[in-house]
Amino acid sequence: MVWKTALNHILSKAPAPAKADPAQVKDLRARLAAASTTKLGRALAIRHVPAGSCNGCELELRATQNLIHDLTQYGLSFTPSPRHADILLITGVAGRNMIEAARQARAAMPDPVLVVALGDCAIDGGVFKASPAVQGGADTITPIDLFIPGCPPTPTQIIQALLTLIEANALDPMKKPRRLRARDL
Amino acid sequence: MILLSPADWAAHQGKFIALWTDAQYAYALYQPQQLVAVELVEGAYPALPHPGANWYQRLAHDLNGHKAQGATDTRPAIEHFRNPDFTAPWPEFTSPGVEGVHQVAVGPIHAAIIEPGHFRFSLRGEEVLKLEARLGYAHKGTLALMRGKSPRLAARYAARVSGDATVAHSLAFAQAAETALDTTPPARAVYLRAIMAELERLANHTSDIGAIAADAGFAFLDARFALARETICAAAAIAFGHRLMMDIVVPGGVAGDIMPEGAAAIIDALSALEFELPSLTRVFEDYASLQDRVIGTGIISPALAEAYHPGGYVGRASGQAHDARAQPGYPPYLDHPIHMPIQHEGDVAARLRIRLDEIPESIRSIRNWLQTLPTDALAYALPQTSGMGLGVAESFRGPVWHWLHIESGAITTAFIADASALHWPLLEHAATTGILADFPLINKSINASYSGVDL
Ligand code: SF4
Repeated sequence: MVWKTALNHILSKAPAPAKADPAQVKDLRARLAAASTTKLGRALAIRHVPAGSCNGCELELRATQNLIHDLTQYGLSFTPSPRHADILLITGVAGRNMIEAARQARAAMPDPVLVVALGDCAIDGGVFKASPAVQGGADTITPIDLFIPGCPPTPTQIIQALLTLIEANALDPMKKPRRLRARDL
Repeated sequence: MILLSPADWAAHQGKFIALWTDAQYAYALYQPQQLVAVELVEGAYPALPHPGANWYQRLAHDLNGHKAQGATDTRPAIEHFRNPDFTAPWPEFTSPGVEGVHQVAVGPIHAAIIEPGHFRFSLRGEEVLKLEARLGYAHKGTLALMRGKSPRLAARYAARVSGDATVAHSLAFAQAAETALDTTPPARAVYLRAIMAELERLANHTSDIGAIAADAGFAFLDARFALARETICAAAAIAFGHRLMMDIVVPGGVAGDIMPEGAAAIIDALSALEFELPSLTRVFEDYASLQDRVIGTGIISPALAEAYHPGGYVGRASGQAHDARAQPGYPPYLDHPIHMPIQHEGDVAARLRIRLDEIPESIRSIRNWLQTLPTDALAYALPQTSGMGLGVAESFRGPVWHWLHIESGAITTAFIADASALHWPLLEHAATTGILADFPLINKSINASYSGVDL
């Protein structure tokens, strides 16, 4: 019996490495792409965190939701809970009294997260740069994916910038989020 | 400025507006425009008995280390996180000592797109027994940044004290600098400033009225009022190159003229609002479910208002007949007096009515001024001299005061008092007249600025 087993062993081919049904793979890939487009390309929820603004940026951020600009039509909406958010949007300088709260909001968000710094203050401290009460821009709290310059940026500029960020990340859903700088816009 | 003895300082009667300190004195400002001071002794001054003085005394301590002797409220105002890693022991919030009380903590990050601040509610069931607002989260060191700069340079900080009232703050700052340096701005600048200030009032009144309606479940009103605000901002951008009209009011005048097509854009925006306003106002009057939410909610009684004498619609809805445009008054309102609506109920509905009433008045004034714009210069240069000056402007939410001390053309000390400083303690009171679910409505109807007091 031993030789039979040995012969069998010698004659049989090594099993092909496990491979899923190509049709099924294609199907899954498509589904994943669709899912990631939803996750990273459409219907994104934004959690806004004011880290030390003058409230000008909040006014214009709110204006993106009015009848004229209607941010929601692009699949972007605001959520009160960081746990439901895909985008962390920071306005204002990194004020000393808000750094810890902003950090905790970021930590409460499930990855992947895109982080947006809205307004000149959030970019580098704006006019408040060098104040001892200010640590700097939002990038001193967490790495930033998109900077939207302006004091404050207009609702149109805000929406254009957010859509650019989403397009950049929707091209290849398997890719890590791409960092955009203001000059890319 | 009147220098008082410590005893006279503490006993001084009047409607308190603000308190601050510099290296030598503590200053207190009373309505309509009376500035008194007392000398600091070893970094201390006698605390004032006015309830509105609390916040300013705490602020003076955190900003300059000056102590208000005899003050009972010594909680930090803005210096919450003194440790190098920005942490600090979380404070104890005391609840009223009755049975069944629990606390609800909200913020500093709020649910809506607004500024940061912490609210601590003590509740029994749904009933709010106490609200404690912990502010200071938006502190940016604005006053310190102004020091050593020329008024022209520092104007950009004044424009960013509270973005929603950027024109009013710039205007108060400019008037303080002009008073200190004895300069009268050109007439055209005065009228352009007033046009911008009234546009700003309209933009805020419309968007806030809509937001209050939205909190009561009337999304339709919010959509229409937000559209009105958008139209006004778009017109402002055409007329002055900036949707919020930031950095256009500068010491000495205005930084730029109105664009040739600006007047038409503004008139169009005003006409659209004027056309729709009666039908929108009727919704407030006709719908019982909306009235049920706003009438009798968040009451600031006339007696309470008399103790704090707040400005703006908060005061005017509780019987305080005060408007800085009328008293102390400043140009061009001295020649074009405004009609001042007054209510006495002090609830959300009264504050809404005041703001709805102020809209036609602003529309009328802007129309009038656009037709009669003087044609002299836009700005005069300020001399490099020294002086001390107070400036006031009635922002949409109430008077904002700026005080400047200028030496050889550079600011040595500055102070800014936003109307919100007197509104915050009143919000704490108003919240306790309702249940927790009414708080968003009450809060929006007062709409105090965080950045404006955190500085
Ligand atoms: S960028 Fe400008 S508008 Fe925005 S928070 Fe800073 S100062 Fe205000």
